[in-house]
Amino acid sequence: MNSEIIRLEGITREYQMGSERVQALRGVDLTIARNEYVAIMGPSGSGKSTMMNMLGCLDTPSGGAYWLNGHEVSRMADDDLARVRNREIGFVFQTFNLLPRASALANVELPLVYAGVSGKERKRRAETALERVGLGSRMHHKPNELSGGQRQRVAIARALVNEPSILLADEPTGNLDSVTSEEIMRVFGQLHAQGQTVLLVTHEPDIAAHARRVVVLRDGRVDSDRMNPPPATSAAA
Amino acid sequence: MPFFEAVRLAFSSIRAQKLKSFFSLVGVLIGVTFLIAVVSIVQGMNVYMTEKFAGALIGINTFQVRSRPNIQTGPSSDEQWRQWQRNPRITTEDAAYLEANMKTPARFARAGFDQITLEWGGLEAKQIQLTTTDASYFQIKHYDIAEGRPFTQQEVRIGASVVVLGYELGEKLFKGRDPIGQTISVGGLPHRVIGVVAKQGTLFGISLDKFVITPLTSPARRLVNRPHVIDDFHIQAEDPAQMRAAMAEVTALMRVRRGLKPSQPDDFYLESAEAALSEWDKIAKVLFLALPGLVAISLVVGGIVIMNIMLMAVAERTREIGVRKALGAKRRDIMAQFIVESATLSVTGAVLGIGAGILLAFAIRALSPLPAAVAPWSVGLGVGLGIFVGMVAGVYPARQASRLDPITALRQE
Repeated sequence: MNSEIIRLEGITREYQMGSERVQALRGVDLTIARNEYVAIMGPSGSGKSTMMNMLGCLDTPSGGAYWLNGHEVSRMADDDLARVRNREIGFVFQTFNLLPRASALANVELPLVYAGVSGKERKRRAETALERVGLGSRMHHKPNELSGGQRQRVAIARALVNEPSILLADEPTGNLDSVTSEEIMRVFGQLHAQGQTVLLVTHEPDIAAHARRVVVLRDGRVDSDRMNPPPATSAAA
Repeated sequence: MPFFEAVRLAFSSIRAQKLKSFFSLVGVLIGVTFLIAVVSIVQGMNVYMTEKFAGALIGINTFQVRSRPNIQTGPSSDEQWRQWQRNPRITTEDAAYLEANMKTPARFARAGFDQITLEWGGLEAKQIQLTTTDASYFQIKHYDIAEGRPFTQQEVRIGASVVVLGYELGEKLFKGRDPIGQTISVGGLPHRVIGVVAKQGTLFGISLDKFVITPLTSPARRLVNRPHVIDDFHIQAEDPAQMRAAMAEVTALMRVRRGLKPSQPDDFYLESAEAALSEWDKIAKVLFLALPGLVAISLVVGGIVIMNIMLMAVAERTREIGVRKALGAKRRDIMAQFIVESATLSVTGAVLGIGAGILLAFAIRALSPLPAAVAPWSVGLGVGLGIFVGMVAGVYPARQASRLDPITALRQE
């Protein structure tokens, strides 16, 4: 069985900014195996955000190829990309991005709505996902009735509910205090321990330290790619 | 995205901004209110005019041969009016000639009218319409007899001094006592009451029960017309087609009798419910012609308002659209969401408009004699127009939303 889940080959991305041509990615090669826990780091302007959009299938490369779970997504049209995002990717954002008027449960159900899952099944799976992140008792609360950490847990439940190939978190602790940050990072650690592939985009070394592998981008290229020593607090199971 | 999910979402958006939503659907609301109310008023008016007005004043399938119009609804020139004034009066001989020569089966009644004063037991009733006529008049007017009996053609032949009262006179003059057999003074001439006509109600607020009817030949005839002269000759056919045939026949017979050349106009006038109603028909037509214009203007305005509200909604919820796209919403999902939301907004306006229109129709029915009734087709049309306006108004904003780039949308604050 192929354990490779992401394969990037010579990915480039150019933008036209007025009369200037900006090269955000200048040929990135990267392979990520199933159940890896990878942090993508880099200073601002390194191409980190473009990389995140590319991995999340929100953007398509100008050149090169991207295979996600066996599909070549680099040449896909809008609606096919939408389907891939729905089935293969679970997003966790810095600002949570929950729908403010919907309950936690309704927020978690959202990806299932677009996957065409029936109402009953949707509810059951959303409840399971919320229980998995420890929010079984707060399902009917609106985002503004939840703490930052709880909101991010809802977002994680939403990202997991469709059983995606990768969990893609963009600065997931950027809006949280350090205690809550640790809490959220523990959730990621647990999910990884349960077999989930986790990709973390961050500029904070403390956060990146939770990952097993750290890829550093600089000027649109992979600058370094190294393994972290296993953390002492890891479940090691 | 499933349809009901979209509708539920739309309602939650509407609920979230009640006041703004209400203002945004006022245009559609007014348009549909207009539609429902005007249709029900015009239709009520139609029923009222054809059934009550025409039926009460002229009689069904009936026309009258007169020297000039009695009910004048439309405008007429002075010239025309002078012409009518010069027309010779209708006589009992004219009536006999028509009755003898007409081939279309019909019922006939000669009649004369005037306003007189009634008196009984020291009580007076002024300005009462006196009709002197034939026995068949009761059938032509569909008068039911509440008490006693109508007079017979035999009584007409002998000139009996008998009188049949309108309901209100029976009530007011006799104050609960039985009027049958009493002798009342009709313009100073004594007549015996033999019957009371059942209650007719009102027309435009005027009582239709203040009248007395005597035989054409009764002593009271002297108060009405010179000998042999009548005011009108009622002719009632069996159905509308027969009535038109009878009118053509009467026109031909009268022209022969009066010796009119083809170039000369008629020197008599045939009054029918149709003629009296033709003016109303013109008004109704104008209303029905103006209605689509009025409704269209308010709906176009309503649609533009909704479109703007939806564009604002798209702008305000750009980030939400980005999130939905990131979570797997396709273009058509976003498109459907905003079109359904727009249509829901508009239909809500339409439903409120239907409610307001129905209330208005009921208010008119309660406060006026018009039997204003809500036409089911206008309700259907109202809902349909609501859906249509909402969808059309929603297309452009929904397209804008569906074309948003998820990265840009997510970046928006």
